Amino acid sequence: MKAVVVENLKYRYPSTERLALSGVSFEVEQGEFIGIIGKNLAGKSTLCEALVGLVPHFYKGAYGGRVVVDDVEVLSSSVSELARHIGIVFQNPFTQITAAKLTVYEEVAFGLENLGFQREEMVKRIDYVLKLLGLYAYKDRNPFELSGGQMQRLAIASIIAMKPSIIVLDEPTSQLDPLGSEEVFKAVQSLSKEGITIIMVEQKMEKIAQYADKIILMHEGHLVDFGTPEEVFSRPDLESYGVEPPVFTSIAKKLGIKDNNTGLYPVTLEQMRRLMIGEPHRS
Amino acid sequence: MNLIEVDNVSFAYTEGVPVLKNVTFSLNNGSVAIIGQNGSGKTTLVKLLKALLKPISGDIFINGINTKETTAAKLARTVGLVFQNPNDQIFKNKVLDEVMFGPLNIGQSMEEARENAIKALETVSLVDKKEENPYDLSLSERKLVSIASILSMDTDIVILDEPTIAQDYLGKAKIRSIVHELVQRGKLVITITHDMDFVGECFQRVIVLSEGQLLLDGPAREVFSKEDVLRSANLEPPYVAQLSKTTGYQGVLLSVEEFVAYYRSAMEDWERRS
Repeated sequence: MKAVVVENLKYRYPSTERLALSGVSFEVEQGEFIGIIGKNLAGKSTLCEALVGLVPHFYKGAYGGRVVVDDVEVLSSSVSELARHIGIVFQNPFTQITAAKLTVYEEVAFGLENLGFQREEMVKRIDYVLKLLGLYAYKDRNPFELSGGQMQRLAIASIIAMKPSIIVLDEPTSQLDPLGSEEVFKAVQSLSKEGITIIMVEQKMEKIAQYADKIILMHEGHLVDFGTPEEVFSRPDLESYGVEPPVFTSIAKKLGIKDNNTGLYPVTLEQMRRLMIGEPHRS
Repeated sequence: MNLIEVDNVSFAYTEGVPVLKNVTFSLNNGSVAIIGQNGSGKTTLVKLLKALLKPISGDIFINGINTKETTAAKLARTVGLVFQNPNDQIFKNKVLDEVMFGPLNIGQSMEEARENAIKALETVSLVDKKEENPYDLSLSERKLVSIASILSMDTDIVILDEPTIAQDYLGKAKIRSIVHELVQRGKLVITITHDMDFVGECFQRVIVLSEGQLLLDGPAREVFSKEDVLRSANLEPPYVAQLSKTTGYQGVLLSVEEFVAYYRSAMEDWERRS
């Protein structure tokens, strides 16, 4: 079973003329970690909204094509029904955290209460996700006393507790310091290893190149490319889509340092190091 | 006289919980990045420089004037602050009005304010959006509007709080060129950021804060060479610097161009010797 199937998706927000998404098609396997990149207004966030059903159920507008997540047709399912299959984490944890609850523990419980879970099952799940995301020590803290990275991990924990098989993250690390970002990437990677499908919009190219299995490049509502980080970042026309490759790839392109077997440029520090050390320092 | 003089400054929002502890440095024209983990006191320091907060002990002098003896409003002619989130800053419903607000507020005539606003909008490449509502623009463009509204006041000091957040490649390139232009015009540009590669490429001097204390202060290259100290503050050198280290390079390289030049000459050396 595919985790996500998107077929010829077209979408226009109400009272706008431009298609925010224009004929987008791709498929994601269960457990894959997919990065979405592209410049502003490329359609990245709209695509996220379409995966979780906010497009078209909340935003309305003109919709064509088909989105299926976890074998559920988005168009014919309600957002709350979809929430059992696919969860979304937004850019700013402040907008996600309910502020209705006084502790980290209760915050995670909130979503589960809304879905009507039994107490025993709730306790089990909350303990599990707080440990998974390294937040158990903070369970009695007020969410607003957490650091940015901790708060974003709490937002993720609250989503994971509902056990979606797919998680969408829309620039979850943009407000965080380097340590906080690393915490979030590590947490997301551990979810991916547990078989949860990850779809993440990100501007930090060095990080997404390091963590994602595949990358979707969006531009003006179109899906331009869908491939491995090495394939996508090696495109000679990448900059014309308003995207800068990881700094390692930029350097490798200028120096002509490629993997001779694949003909592709390195995208991580480790790959770059391996390719370079084979050259001038061997003697 | 220094443009900014921070003399043994301490600050706390709540008694007994110091946010800044005995911080001392001075700044003149050029570019300075203040880096540090979330909660290290960066934003508090900037609010003190803008006289939005006053030190509990120690003094801050802006152009020789003690911030304890002036107001943020009076300092507005000298210190411009661009907020991290443009939505916290923008309140007019036309881009041009927003960018003219600052100049009018510091006493410029309508004509002067309009001229300066247009110039600032040209700098951020948004002059064709001047009649639009800022909230019809993308977040990235809105950030550029918030930068323009500070540039239009032509202050000697421009502070940018996290300017590269939510910026794509083009937005970042634009911000880099704005920083360079301001420095060339003799301004002092201060940024708070988590984007180390942006710092390495754009800023001459780096100040590192950790738990309210000044941990390092020096030229970017020197600060980024102290990897162990940076790690103790949960910071990492820019990616280019990390890469240069893995090649065995003894110093610190800070930009793609620097690395490429170094590597090419290392290759040539190696070829000549073999």
